[in-house]
This record gives sequence, C-alpha cells and structure tokens, in this order.
Amino acid sequence: MEPREKRRARSPGFSDAITSRLGGETITLCYQCGTCASSCPVARITERFNPREVIRLSLLGEKDEVLSTDAIWLCCSCYNCQERCPQKVEIADVIYALRNIAFREGHIPDIYSEFASAILNNGRIATVSKFVEKKRPALGLPPLQPTGLDDVRKILSATGYEKLRQKEEDA
Amino acid sequence: MSSYAIFLGCTIPARQQSYELSARKSLDKLGIKLVDLANMTCCCPPPIQSIDLETSLAVAAYNICLAEDADLDLITLCTGCFESLAMTNAMLREKEQLRARVNKILSNVGREFKGNKEVKHYLQVLKDDVGVDHLKQNISKPLRALKVASFSGCHLLRPSALLKVDDSERPRLFDNLIEALGAKSIEYRNKLKCCGGLLRGYSDDLALNIAREKLANTTKAGADCISTLCPFCFVALDLGQLQIRSKLQEEFNMPIIHYTELLSLALGIPPKELALETHKIKLDKIVDKIS
Repeated sequence: MEPREKRRARSPGFSDAITSRLGGETITLCYQCGTCASSCPVARITERFNPREVIRLSLLGEKDEVLSTDAIWLCCSCYNCQERCPQKVEIADVIYALRNIAFREGHIPDIYSEFASAILNNGRIATVSKFVEKKRPALGLPPLQPTGLDDVRKILSATGYEKLRQKEEDA
Repeated sequence: MSSYAIFLGCTIPARQQSYELSARKSLDKLGIKLVDLANMTCCCPPPIQSIDLETSLAVAAYNICLAEDADLDLITLCTGCFESLAMTNAMLREKEQLRARVNKILSNVGREFKGNKEVKHYLQVLKDDVGVDHLKQNISKPLRALKVASFSGCHLLRPSALLKVDDSERPRLFDNLIEALGAKSIEYRNKLKCCGGLLRGYSDDLALNIAREKLANTTKAGADCISTLCPFCFVALDLGQLQIRSKLQEEFNMPIIHYTELLSLALGIPPKELALETHKIKLDKIVDKIS
C-alpha cells in the first residue's frame, strides 16, 4: 500500500454517493467492530479482501482506492457478514452499490462484461445450446419455453442498463 | 394437487439436465404440478446485481409478474434464482417507493408488480404442501445405508430478513427432508459456509480453495456424498473436484448429488431414467448402496 500522502485526493462526498444508491443506504451505521471480516470466507484465506476495510476506506472518502483495486469484486455474496452485523449494515448490498458505482466509472472486470452482454443478447446469463435443447425430448423433458427477450431489452433500455453497456464498449 | 409456475433459470437447462429430470419426476410423483410459462427470463443473480441492482430487481419482478398474471405461485429449483426472486418479492412488497419506480419501468412492457404471489423453493413446497409424513409414506427405497452431508448453499437461507426460510445459523429444514428419505444427515465443520462458487471466473484460485475446504470437512466427517440444491454449488464441488485434482493435486472423489436426485431414488424411480451419468464424480457407489 502506498503512503497515504502519495495517494490521489480523497472524495469527501463518496459516502453520500453510496448511501444514495440502492443497497448502499446503511453504510454509515458501521462502527468498525470487524464481525463481518471474521465471518467472511474470503477474508479468511486472502488479504486482498476485507469487508471492514472496504467500508472504512469508503467512509473516509478513499474512492479511487475502493473502486480501482479488485477488493470489491472478491466478495462471494454469501451474506454471512450481513446476517451477523450488530449494526444491521447491509454489507453485501453495500458491496453491490460499490460495484454499481465502479461499473459506471469504467472499472469493469472482464467476466462481468461478459455477463452484461449475455443478458442483453440472450436474456440469460448461461445460454442453452441448440445441441442441449435438441436432447430434451429423448431425456423426457418438455420443450423449453421461449425467453421474453424483447421485453427484457425494453426493461434494460428503460433503466439505462443498455446505455451502461454501450458506454463500456466505447471505452 | 397443488400447481406452481416453475422457474427453471439458466444454468439448469443449459448444464444440469439430471437436476431438472429428477425434480420433474419426483415432484410429479408427489402430486406437485409444474406449469412451464412462456417468456421467463434471467432471475438476475449477484453477477447482474453487481452491474445494476435496480435493473436486476426490475427483471426479477418481470418474472414474478408472469406468474401473477397466470395466477400461480412460483417454485424454483436453483437457490440462486430463489434468492433473486424471493428477495425482490419481499423488497417490493415492503418498499413502496421502490415498487413505484420498478412499476414505472415495467409499464414499458405492459406489466405491473402486485405482490400477491409467493416465490418458494421446492424444499418449502415439500414441507408445506406434501408434508414430511406424507413424503415418508411414499418412500419405497429408504436410503438407510447413506450418510449425507447436506449443503443448502448460501442463498436458500441468507439474507434471512427477506427470505424467511429457516434459521440462518441453525437450519433444520434441509436435514429433516434428507432424514425423511431414511438417510442420515451428518454434521461437519463449517457446514453453512459458502462454496466459493460465485468467485469462479473472477478468481478461480480463491474459489477452489474455498470449495476444497468443504470437500475436506465432509470427507473427514465420513460423508458418503454431499447433497446440494444450487447448480452453482454443484459445479463448484463436482467439476471443482477435477480442477482441484489438477491444480492442487488433491483427490477427494466425493459424489455430489442434488436433493431431488436422492428423492427420486428413494421414491423408486429407476436410476437409468435420471441421466446420473452427467455427473463428473460418478455416483455408482451411491446407487449401489441404495439398491
């Protein structure tokens, strides 16, 4: 970790940006007890992710550090921390809010870029191949119903998700 | 007979036909009718929630609307789908402003979320609609010789404030349903801990490390198999064992079996009808023990 004075300027409004996003509302309730970190299956095996530290840095306005390192992408969404937090900080949801902000600012891991395209192109994150679909009757499975792809695309366009995806492609 | 709209999700039809087959056959045998509705789409699980949470809720709500408009409750097999849909159902019922925002989005496709239908995981349906006693009466091949390590996966139980399925620290539902089949549900270290599945593709090393611990703990406890509900847990532990063998030089040979597969075997459905050969870790030892 770089010495603090060498890092880029802090962003004092960062915690407001988080609390105003869906999922991020409870972050300011944190009193740094560390119950989350001690319940986290990932923090147990790597120093690259520690939920208490992500929250601390976020509240201190260390926006660049929070969004540009891979820590926020190492949460496995198991909700153990959220379940046990004595302050009722919705920690896993706070991580979603941080990832949502990161995505908007262009910090997008490749695999998430693939997920983003998959739903836009197929309405599913895992595609059923023609080969697998053709085998269904022989196995005794009913035909697959069509996916509501047109409706999904309209929803994605109404929420701005589609634009988010285009912005990423332009970058 | 109760009827449900089945939410299949993406991974099960794409990669786990044996799960779908065993679920359809066993639920049918127990009098649960599954209706396949058109237009169901992605449930918008954590990877999509990570991109945009509000969009995810809107797409999940769209799926719930399809069930509402067909006047059916939803049943899911995948616990990931369950969490996305049940969480959305609970949040939109509770938070009026959020529901208004989501309904404004859904108006573009002529739908409205009303919140008048339930989203259930099939374990809840087995407990509430079939009943443990009735289930026991239907068992023709009790799995008496089998020591099963239950692994429900995170998203059946957590976040419990929204899902309200079972106690999130001391759950019993899944274990009771395993024991209803005549098998023994065993205890093992860190039973409720994550399989690491959602880190696959982003950080395979960490994901395998977490899965490895689950395999080691269940092996140490003397389990004959791990029973799963979630297709991601299944991949993390089944395919995961081949990756652990090549990357970490450790061999477990632990059969991973979805609960509906155990249920089907106990109901006397012939193993040949269940496409069990699609499992990476072979189930021969388990099938032999039962028959």
